Amino acid sequence: MKLLRMKPGHGEVLLAEGDVDVPEQERELIEAFREQLEHGMWAAVPTSRTGGRRQARMVRSFGEVPRDAERVIFFPKAAGGA
Amino acid sequence: MEVCWPTISEAIDRHRRAARVPTFDYDPGRERRAEQRARELLRSCVNDEEWEMYRDLGFIRVWGAMADGPERGAAREGLAGAPYAYLIYPHKPVVAYLPQTRRLLNEYCVVFPDESRPYGSARLPDSDDVLAKWMALTGDEERLIAQANMHLPGRQVDPQQVKRDLWRLSEWERQRAARERRTGYGRVSAP
Repeated sequence: MKLLRMKPGHGEVLLAEGDVDVPEQERELIEAFREQLEHGMWAAVPTSRTGGRRQARMVRSFGEVPRDAERVIFFPKAAGGA
Repeated sequence: MEVCWPTISEAIDRHRRAARVPTFDYDPGRERRAEQRARELLRSCVNDEEWEMYRDLGFIRVWGAMADGPERGAAREGLAGAPYAYLIYPHKPVVAYLPQTRRLLNEYCVVFPDESRPYGSARLPDSDDVLAKWMALTGDEERLIAQANMHLPGRQVDPQQVKRDLWRLSEWERQRAARERRTGYGRVSAP
């Protein structure tokens, strides 16, 4: 699983990568995940649906991330614009 | 002006040094590379139709999923249950509309400011902004709409431009469908 973060002036940045079935790597992923939430980021998991449609699943904790997810994408939380 | 400019320039430099104002030179190469990465990420997340729509037209249509229509006002106007959709533009409000009649419903002004401001800017690359809106709309439409500031159509996005875009979209879909019929390769469009 990869944790990615969108970044102005850069595009996405790889924050962490690991196997959730390896306890030590899972702990590192959880730590990186929490850190992003503490920075006020939103997290989404891109998923596929039947029929070729795709969507994202917003997650608020690492426990909500599907175990087989390939990546979680963090982006700044939404705010009302002008 | 030529006489006093060196003095002014030195004063500005002194002020910057004293205030320790971080300055970041605009680097078009960096911004271009960032946008290229963002486009690749977007492409890897959306389906072929949505990617080609963005590549060819500059926006993505996302179908709405809330039973009562897009928030505030829509249900009161008897639109509950009507299929509706959004147009996602980079760094512009999300526009809600009724595909059957092409009636514009609302503009949802929403931004994703990165307050850590790497390179001095809080603004995501264009394609990241589109992907953020796409993920938020497809993942939790209600939450995004609740965060956004709602306005009537025309506040920031020119309604005539949106109408033209909807016409371009219909033409684009017609040509795409014809191409797929010829090649026998079908894809999903309506929800």
